[in-house]
Amino acid sequence: METVAAVQLRNITKRFGKVVANNSVSLDINRGEILSLLGENGSGKTTLMNMLAGIYFPDEGEILVNGQPVTIASPKDAFNYGIGMIHQHFKLVDVFTAAENIVLGLEEEGKLNLKAAAAKIDGICEKYGFQIDPNKKIYDMSVSEKQTVEIVKVLYRGADILILDEPTAVLTPQETDRLFDVMRNMKADGKAMIIITHKLHEVMDVSDRVAVLRKGKYIGDVATKDTSPQALTDMMVGHAVTLNINRPEPKDPTPRLEVSGLTVYDAMGVKRLDNVTFTAMGGEILGIAGIAGSGQKELLESVAGLQPISSGTSIRYRPIGHPEDKDGIELVGKTPLQIKQSGVSLAFVPEDRLGMGLVGTMGMTGNMLLRSYRKGHGLFTDRKAPKKLAEEVLTELDVVTPSVNFPVRRLSGGNVQKVLVGREIAQEPSVLMTAYAVRGLDINTSYTIYNLLTEQKLKGVAVVYVGEDLDVLLELCDRILVLCGGQVSGIVDARTTTKEEVGLLMTRFKKEGEPA
Amino acid sequence: MSTVNHTQEPLLRIAKRDGISRPSAYAIRIVAVVLSLVVSGIFIFAVTKLNPVEVYKAIFDGAFGTSRRSWVTIRDTMMLLCIGVGLAPAFKMKFWNIGAEGQVLIGGVITAGFMRAFGGSVSTPVLLVIMAVASLLAGCVWGVIPAAFKAKWGTNETLFTLMMNYVAIQITSYCVALWENPIGSNTVGVINQQTKAGWFPAVFGQAYGLNVILVLALTVGMFIYLKYSKQGYEISVVGDSQNTARYAGISVKKVTVRTMAISGAICGLAGFIAVAGASHTISTSTAGGRGFTAIIVAWLAQFNTFVMILISLLLVFLQKGAIQIASQFNLNDYASNIITGIILFFILGSEFFINYRVILRGKKEGEVK
Repeated sequence: METVAAVQLRNITKRFGKVVANNSVSLDINRGEILSLLGENGSGKTTLMNMLAGIYFPDEGEILVNGQPVTIASPKDAFNYGIGMIHQHFKLVDVFTAAENIVLGLEEEGKLNLKAAAAKIDGICEKYGFQIDPNKKIYDMSVSEKQTVEIVKVLYRGADILILDEPTAVLTPQETDRLFDVMRNMKADGKAMIIITHKLHEVMDVSDRVAVLRKGKYIGDVATKDTSPQALTDMMVGHAVTLNINRPEPKDPTPRLEVSGLTVYDAMGVKRLDNVTFTAMGGEILGIAGIAGSGQKELLESVAGLQPISSGTSIRYRPIGHPEDKDGIELVGKTPLQIKQSGVSLAFVPEDRLGMGLVGTMGMTGNMLLRSYRKGHGLFTDRKAPKKLAEEVLTELDVVTPSVNFPVRRLSGGNVQKVLVGREIAQEPSVLMTAYAVRGLDINTSYTIYNLLTEQKLKGVAVVYVGEDLDVLLELCDRILVLCGGQVSGIVDARTTTKEEVGLLMTRFKKEGEPA
Repeated sequence: MSTVNHTQEPLLRIAKRDGISRPSAYAIRIVAVVLSLVVSGIFIFAVTKLNPVEVYKAIFDGAFGTSRRSWVTIRDTMMLLCIGVGLAPAFKMKFWNIGAEGQVLIGGVITAGFMRAFGGSVSTPVLLVIMAVASLLAGCVWGVIPAAFKAKWGTNETLFTLMMNYVAIQITSYCVALWENPIGSNTVGVINQQTKAGWFPAVFGQAYGLNVILVLALTVGMFIYLKYSKQGYEISVVGDSQNTARYAGISVKKVTVRTMAISGAICGLAGFIAVAGASHTISTSTAGGRGFTAIIVAWLAQFNTFVMILISLLLVFLQKGAIQIASQFNLNDYASNIITGIILFFILGSEFFINYRVILRGKKEGEVK
């Protein structure tokens, strides 16, 4: 006889304005099972889980826990039903210890007994194979330790239905493996687990069953052992997709950007980049890998003239067609405007698209103007050329927007990125830097972006691609520079290296002072 | 899990509207005005037993009852509008210029000073130009000081501009004491009452004609500046995201200082209009809180200077009406302020319903209009 499912969702619908985030979704979650919730960005995975966790309230439909209809109006209700969610962005108090964070907000009788709490935490850790020190402060912890604290926190509260929202996005391959081991232990203990991810190999690796959402609709579920990444992608996208990235050989690579001894301190005086040296070649894609916050942002912003740089650094730019020009143009010490005026055609797709690359309240035309508004005659801006460019980007990249004057802030993530990339490529750059260019984008748009980058590479542009998905880095790039704690821990050939090698390089410098 | 406590769905939920058509937005605003009149009507009747219609008539009379009253309403509207126009670029840049009051005062003081000093020796047109330039510069300085400090050391502009108000008030007090006329009155009195030197000349037979022309010219100019000029574009970018501005090679510091120079200068010019074009005297209440009211004007209009005309007019209309009903029906000031308050509350509150909608428990969202 079939036991009753831990959680049953029945015809759940959630709308945000005109957008239907979830459209009559029904889904069962069983005990002793790891369920992957798969879908492209914007397909409604997180929204659905947020309704289980009490963050949103469904507009229609019902939720049953252990066969009983329940109303989950707040995260507290969710905990009462044993549902715990580990969010993508950690919600921890930095100056507290792990134990303090774990008991925070619990309404227990009597005095706060941290020792007892620590003992209970140790018990949980031992049971499932976590490694954490209850007395360690959060600010001393690595990302993966923080995540462990979040998981232990929900277990401590007695959760037996766990939702993990993209837990691996911030982890190295090795840390991911450790997390999956722990998840398997919890499964063996009879817990129900849902993991939201869009990395297919992880789905295949850890889950027992996969449920697919597409555009807010429930498409279906399959047992993991009966499916393949290709089949899952087709389910997600709705039609067959090729998963291979086309990678032509580099086109006569010539040094374009020579960075040497780049050292950067942030406003707090913390060293963010330490003696980084590399050369980006025209005609190739240089990948940059590293755990989040290893100095990727600072590296790109230094080249773009947006970072105060310590002395002793040199960033030399060699114009196209002048390999004999030994000196090139020094970029250090120049403002973004001076860099532009010295004839360096630098395109930059920053990580924070709306906060740095675009003006959210303006439409596409206004945003095209950002790079060209100085060209207008006299005091006034010329809006004709940018409007034409906006229309070109709109048709060429299939941007979905009501009009070129519609505020880009209200476009979906993929369309925002198309506007930004479209504008940057339209500058006909000789160096194109991108930071997490496909983060949050659906598969089709991601491939559009990969193709655009490869196209630029074939035009002889030096493309710098900061990425987080190692599979993509390995398939797209020609060489990969690995950053670890602000230092270059290695530059490898993307065609011959392995994921494990890059993963190891990402964590190689645990201590300071080790030479590269 | 055994503790199954049934929580009910919240009674009211608020959801953001996904855009609203222009006619329905105006319909909501009209409903708000009607409702405000009904509610304050009930209030009037409940508290004073007066006929609300009579009271509303009095409000209208107060603002437009006579030709003179109409012109005073127009004059005060222009004054408020001028300051609002001055504040628009600063607030559009997200620079919290709370210092318009001081910028107006300092422009007024310098105008009054020149009017007293050169009233007899320089012809009025020349004197007007001198006073206008001086007030522009004075307001400009008052605006640039906090902007420069912010650009250089990252000081908080809200506190800084606010404190600059007090400096301006103290300077004004000092000048009032210095220029006291007649001695012992503790006021400056009307400057050049006999000669009218340095006063705005009548235009088209209207004493306040020049005020209207000047301010409307500024209104149009500012609209074009913000919408079509390169500098206006830079202001929008800085206001939206300073990082984007830096990314695009815009110097945030330069734009901050430049914009505040313009903002302060226009507020200074408002002081000139207040002194040379309206009161012909100077006191610490020359700005009269308009520097703060104009912030509401600028924000409500979303920095569209043409919309500001309407909003300034509404605020001045209500104020004039309140004064009228207070004197006509012997109400105290608070009663009329409550009525204006109710009306403003509804009008401002309608913006909430334009941006959000409220969903009742049990209702399906699709059914709500």
